[in-house]
Amino acid sequence: MNLVASITLFSSVAIIFFIGLLASRTTNTSASFMEDYYLGGRSLGGFVLAMTMTATYGSASSFIGGPGVAYNEGLGWVLLSVIQVSTGYFTLMILGKRFAITAKKYKAITMVDFLKERYQSKWVVLLSSFSIIVFLFSAMAAQWIGGGRLIESITGLSYHSALLIFVLTVLIYVTFGGFRAVTLTDSIQGTIMIIGTVILLASIIIAGGGISSIMANLRAENPNLITPYGADGSLSPQYVSSFWILVGVGVVALPQIVVRAMSYKNTKSFHRALIIGTIVVGVIMLNMHLIGVFARPILPGVEVPDTVIPLIALEVLPAWLAGIVLAAPLAAIMSTVDSLLLLVSSTIVKDVYLNYIQPTASKKKVRTLSMTITAILGLIVYLIAINPPDLIIWLNLYTIGGLEAAFIWPVVMGIYWKKGNKYGAIAAIITGFSSYILFQAVYPEPFGMHSVVSSIAISLIAYVGASLSLRNKVL
Amino acid sequence: MKEQDKNPIKIANREALIGVILVVFHFIWWFAFAYGLGKKEPAEYQYILGFPAWFFYSCIAGIIIMSILVFIIVKFFFTDLPFDDEEFEQS
Repeated sequence: MNLVASITLFSSVAIIFFIGLLASRTTNTSASFMEDYYLGGRSLGGFVLAMTMTATYGSASSFIGGPGVAYNEGLGWVLLSVIQVSTGYFTLMILGKRFAITAKKYKAITMVDFLKERYQSKWVVLLSSFSIIVFLFSAMAAQWIGGGRLIESITGLSYHSALLIFVLTVLIYVTFGGFRAVTLTDSIQGTIMIIGTVILLASIIIAGGGISSIMANLRAENPNLITPYGADGSLSPQYVSSFWILVGVGVVALPQIVVRAMSYKNTKSFHRALIIGTIVVGVIMLNMHLIGVFARPILPGVEVPDTVIPLIALEVLPAWLAGIVLAAPLAAIMSTVDSLLLLVSSTIVKDVYLNYIQPTASKKKVRTLSMTITAILGLIVYLIAINPPDLIIWLNLYTIGGLEAAFIWPVVMGIYWKKGNKYGAIAAIITGFSSYILFQAVYPEPFGMHSVVSSIAISLIAYVGASLSLRNKVL
Repeated sequence: MKEQDKNPIKIANREALIGVILVVFHFIWWFAFAYGLGKKEPAEYQYILGFPAWFFYSCIAGIIIMSILVFIIVKFFFTDLPFDDEEFEQS
């Protein structure tokens, strides 16, 4: 148990938490509860937009899991991870102004709203809601586990108590705060993340005697650690490149990112977000993964990769500072979890319940229901996270890929290709979703690449094929 | 303003295309430096600021160049559109 570090860690989190609650009090004034709770009233500025994208995306896998793998694999894994910088500009540029214009015209609040208006089909709505719920559940479990692990390794509490503390904190503020609270705290968390990673990286370089000496140590231990090919030479160029799709361009289809691309105020904020987002993602990804690699000579023999970051922070920083710096990954995980929770809850309440079960529900009822479902979901994920697998990153990448395979074409083609229709969307979601699960189960690396590449290709063929061949049919 | 006369859909399409070009350029830069310089034996690596040259160019310089490019492109090639405009919503 590291008392000082625990105190500063929890104080930092408490401050963030407090701001979230304060922000939630201002949300009650707006006319539309749905638009406000789930979308912050479509009024995000550039800095907040960039930060909320980064904080949502930069989750447990970039702060805990990823650096853990980098610790074992060396610079090759850093190479693979920094391509995520493309998410900083590409996602916003591609969805871009056309998406924001269309979403506003449709009065869309969620990604499913957009799909519903674009394709005018009940089946598109139900299928996409189903895929979101399935994949985001495991994504949330991954974040829960990351948060628990982090608190566990700092405080020395048991994993179960740590998890419980984490879950309660998140649940209280996301349930009452909604989207605006989440995006505001995202900005603070994003700022902590950047400063935190810079301090940590600098301290590690000093502790390791400079970059040259760290590199020399790595090379002496295993020359492969400083090549692009991974510790045992098994990271092939095509495998690494497939991550350009998985964590780079494919991110455009993640519902939690898509929803943010419709929440900005004007094109000025959009432009500013592009610039800030690129720089921020770049700094965070490069720093965190380098920290993982550089930790190796300083702290050899860490057995659970997920604990590399907290352990190295406690090793090279004074305890009080370690607590504050580690608030960064914890903040990242919390903000990802918040957004995912809101997303799944909005899928259930807005996309399924209001569309098909009870379209005339009163405003008050919708509000109670939104909050209740958000809270219940959190508890279910908590139960899943009690017996966790070790490598969070695997779970997370797994679910990211599934969502990308299902949604990339219905979203992107839905914006830019007039001929795309509901048959195409249904075909793309079904083939993307099922081929991805199938590949993962029996043949995870077709052509030496991550299976998301093949699934996205299959899903594209399905989308175009079904759109063109069935366009004149009336069902 | 002159920009408002232009079709917003065309502007948006052009900007999305710029995004695609940027991301492809980024990929080529990243891949070519990483495997072009990184495929040598580790003993023959050159070092820049303590990092192996392949890593420095591919990852560190790559991020810096992309940030600068995004900055320039957004500042000079992206157009502000009226977003809250009522008549625009109907178009």
